[in-house]
Amino acid sequence: MSDQNNINREEEIKKLEKISVEKVKERWRFVIFYRFMFLFVTLGGWEVLGRTGTIDPFFFSMPSSIAYQLYIWIIKGTSQGPLWLQVLVTLEETVLGFLIGAVMGIICGIALGRNKMLADIFSIYIKIANAIPRIVLGSIFIIALGLGMASKVALAVVMVFFVVFGNAFQGVREADTNLIANARVLGASDRQVTFKVVLPSALSWILASLHISFGFALVGAVVGEFLGSKQGIGLLIATAQGAFNAAGVFAAMIVLAVVALLADYLITRLENRLLKWRPTVQ
Amino acid sequence: MNSNFLIELENVDRRFTSPEGKIIQVLDNFSMTVKPGEFCAVVGPTGCGKSTTLSLISGLAKANAGKVLIEGKEFEGIDSRVGYVFQTDAVFPWKNVLDNVAVGPLFRGVDKKEAIEKSLDWIKRVGLQGFEHHYPHQLSGGMRKRVALAQTFINSPDILLMDEPFSSLDVQTKLLMQQELLQLWSKHKAAVVFVTHDIEEATILADKVYVLSKRPTKVKKIYNVDIERPRIVTETRYTKKFIEISKSIWNDLSEEVNI
Repeated sequence: MSDQNNINREEEIKKLEKISVEKVKERWRFVIFYRFMFLFVTLGGWEVLGRTGTIDPFFFSMPSSIAYQLYIWIIKGTSQGPLWLQVLVTLEETVLGFLIGAVMGIICGIALGRNKMLADIFSIYIKIANAIPRIVLGSIFIIALGLGMASKVALAVVMVFFVVFGNAFQGVREADTNLIANARVLGASDRQVTFKVVLPSALSWILASLHISFGFALVGAVVGEFLGSKQGIGLLIATAQGAFNAAGVFAAMIVLAVVALLADYLITRLENRLLKWRPTVQ
Repeated sequence: MNSNFLIELENVDRRFTSPEGKIIQVLDNFSMTVKPGEFCAVVGPTGCGKSTTLSLISGLAKANAGKVLIEGKEFEGIDSRVGYVFQTDAVFPWKNVLDNVAVGPLFRGVDKKEAIEKSLDWIKRVGLQGFEHHYPHQLSGGMRKRVALAQTFINSPDILLMDEPFSSLDVQTKLLMQQELLQLWSKHKAAVVFVTHDIEEATILADKVYVLSKRPTKVKKIYNVDIERPRIVTETRYTKKFIEISKSIWNDLSEEVNI
């Protein structure tokens, strides 16, 4: 008798579960539908406004012209050579600048974070340097390092360094003093404290800064190309601007966005690997 | 020098300097002794510098005046005979249980394989087998405390410093951990300095209870707790002797706490 009851009860719960699973799926379908709706209305509206002449497509372009421009670039290449080469050049500058800036930022951040005296002396200058609109340094780098890759990498480094430095510094300063004391009593040397305790505690801060700073590196590289270069997406934009080709500017923007999204995805993968000890935030 | 004592604090002063340069006198002409294998508890009003005594013994902080001696000698830096269990969670959140417990021997240059073996043994002794590969955030508060105990005991300290280690636990877990601590200690016989604000905890665990005054802190009174061992935490707390001692400690302390 009670067995029968249990079986009935189980079936009942299974039924309830089915309904709740269906509800979750239903909600998800709703979200997806309205996402597409939003995209469709925005792009469609833009296209309609352009075609009816409410906004001037000469200045603001239209989705169809942008798509056509992209198509031409992909199939026939750009005026500076194939599109993939432009992407590769910009990506190379970005990644190099990002890596150099990030490594320098982490090293300096930890050095200053671990040494109160150094921090007290230099913190004021770091603040000042951070307040300067560093993108202007691009002009100096073009003059000093020429039109080649070096000037773009330098600008990307400067863009990345301060962000990563600031976060690494903060992360080190906020490392739990209890953890450090515990490590020291357990027998850790100063070196071990730095690398086995302070660095791992600052890691979530550092990784958070990498997300933002990759975008900054990309901005540095593109603006550097903008200011003067022989290749790259920045030059593509500058050329399009010179030819009053609004569709070209938007198309280049889309290419950059795709690059940035891919990079962000890779950094998130790295972050999840390195921080697998963290509780998952819902 | 009387070398019967493992730990001696002799007329110690400890001051803190605020960022503006103001001085706060915490310990004032403070003396205290602990024999090898003795279980000492320290109780006192909040902010009186109970934890400061532990920092001095561990070498994490230096005395401004007076002497801190271990086996009759002054020492430099952090003494390797010391183990320290902190009030808040001080296990490393990015290491799993196995690596957390093995960290002491590894810092001290023990071979990795040996450290892991020792770690497995201690994990078993504190009853955490099956949780070797869990991260701290996946454990309960009581389990994290067990990790902290294993992490400290694995270094076989002669001196065990404990700073309100169980204050964040719920009452049942706390009693359980007290019993467990007594068992580990009875096998290991380290000298313990156990800081707590909980008078009953002090009485149930210790041979000797130091009652401290409010700041600037001196020793107000020392109680010898001559309740026989082994003690059973859940039973001894109802004996007449236990109640008597905790009552008189409370009387002493309440004079300091009343404002």
